[in-house]
Amino acid sequence: MAGKGVYTKRNDGRKFDEVREMSAKVGIVDSADGSASFNTGHTKAIAVVRGPRTLHPQHMQNPRKGILRVNYGMMPFSVTDRIRPGPNRRSEEISKVTEWALNSVVDLSEFPNTVVDVFIQIPQADAGTRVAGINAAAIALAHAGIPMKEMVSAIGVGKIDKTLVVDLDKYEDSDFHDAEGSTDIPVAITSRTKNISLLQLDGKISVSEFKDCVKNAKVACEEILKVQMEALKNVNGESN
Amino acid sequence: MASERTIPTLQREKIIEYLAEGKRFDGRAPEQYRDLKVEMGVSKNAESSVKVSLGKTEVLVGVKLGLAVPYPDSPDEGTFMVSAEMHPMASNHFEMGRPGINAIELSRVTDRGIRESGLIDVKKLCIEEGEKVWQVFVDIVALNDDGNMFDAASLGAIIALGNAKMPIYNKKEDKIDFELTKDSLPLNKEVLSFSMTFHKVGDKIVADVSDEEEVISDFRLTVAMGDNKGEPRITAMQKGKEGVITDEDMETILNLATETWKEMFPKVREHVFGK
Repeated sequence: MAGKGVYTKRNDGRKFDEVREMSAKVGIVDSADGSASFNTGHTKAIAVVRGPRTLHPQHMQNPRKGILRVNYGMMPFSVTDRIRPGPNRRSEEISKVTEWALNSVVDLSEFPNTVVDVFIQIPQADAGTRVAGINAAAIALAHAGIPMKEMVSAIGVGKIDKTLVVDLDKYEDSDFHDAEGSTDIPVAITSRTKNISLLQLDGKISVSEFKDCVKNAKVACEEILKVQMEALKNVNGESN
Repeated sequence: MASERTIPTLQREKIIEYLAEGKRFDGRAPEQYRDLKVEMGVSKNAESSVKVSLGKTEVLVGVKLGLAVPYPDSPDEGTFMVSAEMHPMASNHFEMGRPGINAIELSRVTDRGIRESGLIDVKKLCIEEGEKVWQVFVDIVALNDDGNMFDAASLGAIIALGNAKMPIYNKKEDKIDFELTKDSLPLNKEVLSFSMTFHKVGDKIVADVSDEEEVISDFRLTVAMGDNKGEPRITAMQKGKEGVITDEDMETILNLATETWKEMFPKVREHVFGK
């Protein structure tokens, strides 16, 4: 990855295509049907699955299949400037795009009139919270035994000035404004079919650079998938 | 919570039958607390953060500092605010949306416990009299509910406060630089108190209830106690639910609270202020 521009070195010493250190754990909330945590660098996400359970109010029920409902939120103390508790416009949008990303892989046709709730919470944030949330949620859904066609993994990729990067931290995502600035592209990739189930982009980037970013995302998601599958294999070994 | 919770009659009868013999489903004695576990460092972006567990009941508590204009009636005092979220991830019985009455009661009882005891030295949180003071936010997020969220929240709040470090006030730009100093959040150490909650289940007074016990109890009484020269002193109380407290119940609770306080206070103090 060429670094012709002003961004020639990452703050934490990573290579430009290197993801931050990851860890995942299954079974972190005892009373839930499924739960998992996924950490990337300083970003921590937890996901809790409750359901399938009867959906109220009744008029929202779908007699053909169950529905997936995602709620994403950041804890008030997850960032340096406290966030007021409760939903806001950003969290509502992220909930929805995450719901779409996960809906691409779950199959709730056997559970008509029910809802599967996915709660994603961010105790500590350092950019990439929505993708960490998706990674945790995919594990938690599998832990809950929800039928899934395949897994899904997600990563933030992008461009800092002229340099393509993988797994942006907070400085790269929000605080870098020099030269061409920062382009941030959260991407989710399905594990078997390698399709894109989440895509957002903010910034300025050429078509060919964008294509390279998607390639980078696919490579990184392979690594993430390994961490997810490893955590699921260890589920019975962990006592929490 | 939208609807009144119930549990099957058979289970209810078994719980009460067990308690009559001095037993509980999880093997504890009626007056026995579950193990208190404390893990610091939930968020590096907080002035302090902690995960507190009482058995399987788990809460996350974070302390954040902000800047505020002081209230007109206390121009030289910092302010603080406790918020509790009974997040639906923590239980099938919590629902999304505005805080319900349970979350409101929980945050208010925790808030009063800290406020009335004078734990936070609010005078030391004044930056410029009448103009600018520190504001302390205590945010409680339920992670898993297996009963007695009250005590877990109150313990989490004082432990988080005790471990909080001050950030830097950048006077020139009138903002906070989030860089934690060595200075602790100013507290009046001698007034530290913590709360213990007892429920009446069947004919028994039970400490640190599990989720099922909490659902079927007749009343709950939270007793907060602080230290008065080695002896416990009551600093706050709150009764909940419909049942009534007899003189005998009260006597039992006060005795249990006194014993529990003597056992737990040194440990709690160590979690709050270190050794």
